[in-house]
Amino acid sequence: MIAIIDYGVGNLFSLCCSFRAIGQDVIVSGDPAVLEKAEKLILPGVGAFEDAIAKLRNSGLDKLVLKKAADGVPLMGICLGMQLLFEKSYEYGEHEGLGLLKGQVVPMPGLLPAGLKVPHMGWNQIKKTKDSKLLQHVESGDFVYFVHSYFAINCTESVAAVTDYGIPMTAAVEYGNVFGCQFHPEKSGEVGLRILKTFCEL
Amino acid sequence: MITKRIIPCLDVRNGRVVKGTNFEGLQDISSPVELAKYYSENGADELVFYDITASSEGRQLFSDVLKDVASNIFIPLTVGGGINSVEDFDRVLKCGADKVSVNSGAIRNPDLITQAARKYGDQCVVLSADVKRVDGQFRVFAKGGREDTGIEAISWIISCVKRGAGEVVLNSIDTDGVKKGFDLEMLEAVTNVVDVPVIASGGAGCAEDFVTLFHTLPKVDAGLAASIFHFGQVRIPELKQLLYKENISVRL
Repeated sequence: MIAIIDYGVGNLFSLCCSFRAIGQDVIVSGDPAVLEKAEKLILPGVGAFEDAIAKLRNSGLDKLVLKKAADGVPLMGICLGMQLLFEKSYEYGEHEGLGLLKGQVVPMPGLLPAGLKVPHMGWNQIKKTKDSKLLQHVESGDFVYFVHSYFAINCTESVAAVTDYGIPMTAAVEYGNVFGCQFHPEKSGEVGLRILKTFCEL
Repeated sequence: MITKRIIPCLDVRNGRVVKGTNFEGLQDISSPVELAKYYSENGADELVFYDITASSEGRQLFSDVLKDVASNIFIPLTVGGGINSVEDFDRVLKCGADKVSVNSGAIRNPDLITQAARKYGDQCVVLSADVKRVDGQFRVFAKGGREDTGIEAISWIISCVKRGAGEVVLNSIDTDGVKKGFDLEMLEAVTNVVDVPVIASGGAGCAEDFVTLFHTLPKVDAGLAASIFHFGQVRIPELKQLLYKENISVRL
């Protein structure tokens, strides 16, 4: 059973539809007892880091995510959900993340060459940086859809793909059974669906 | 590098697409799902749906249509038309929209942008501005371009971006329907003053108009059009090949 963690952040309609489109049953739940039984977990997220990590902690789901990850259950964070996997974010202050991956999440302004807009919004190409299970059925040069104003740095251990937005920017991560996409696979057309299908089949 | 986006715009009335015609191999041209699928499989980077119904019955139909589209098409969807409150944002987002565009609703109540941006994030709020030259000034029009609000457009757009609009669709009423190219002068006036993505709308008559747009104004992020795509005058895969040949970054 694949479960999407519902902790009150963002809209899960499209994500659910995309799993349905690849013929994969998913359940959406915020109940630790239900999520405990999941064989794979998706951590979604749209919005602000501080709010999201607080909601995850207040519902006690942070502990569940950490436990399942430690048990070797495949876990995939999407967009803000990926950022939550890191040690720390500097989005409006300084906030502790789940610490499953080494690295920090930082704002783009000041780190981009002049003239580039924030957020990084639209279709951009990925470039694989290591052998990746999650990205085994997609190629460097494939286009995916991004919407974000913060990105992960100091994560050489986990980075699986980057995208070029004036600087190489973390696009996907993979470390053991922990996976993440900065882009939205559920909005990245056929390429995105292929990535979700790969995760389902891991 | 991030690509320039090509965006077809679909007007929906009573659950059907208005103006759609002339598509090879497409049986039901006015089915929003069929048309959206066609575009999605043929190079569209994003789709914009405008609900041009006034009745509440039509609104319910639109929600059903949107859900159907969002269940079948996995590229970004922007929805506009009849967005007057945060509840309207909620309604269309729950049906699968990724971004919501506001126009007359924001003119009546600019605070709508602030509230929606706070709740759903800047990236979710698109300002759609219908602009026309009046007495040597760029003027904002409301109610589908029928009513001169007297508001100066450039300062209006700046104030909306400050309130949290994460993207601007600039529709030039002066060039809309004329098919002689985008309103480069008006677009430049806007891209000079905002640093959020700007989508050009109104005036595209042929593929070369998009080349001119992106070459002349590199700060424009996307080109939006309706009839030239619907009537098959410009086919998106061919348009993108042309842009690629002209060294404009596109998703092929």
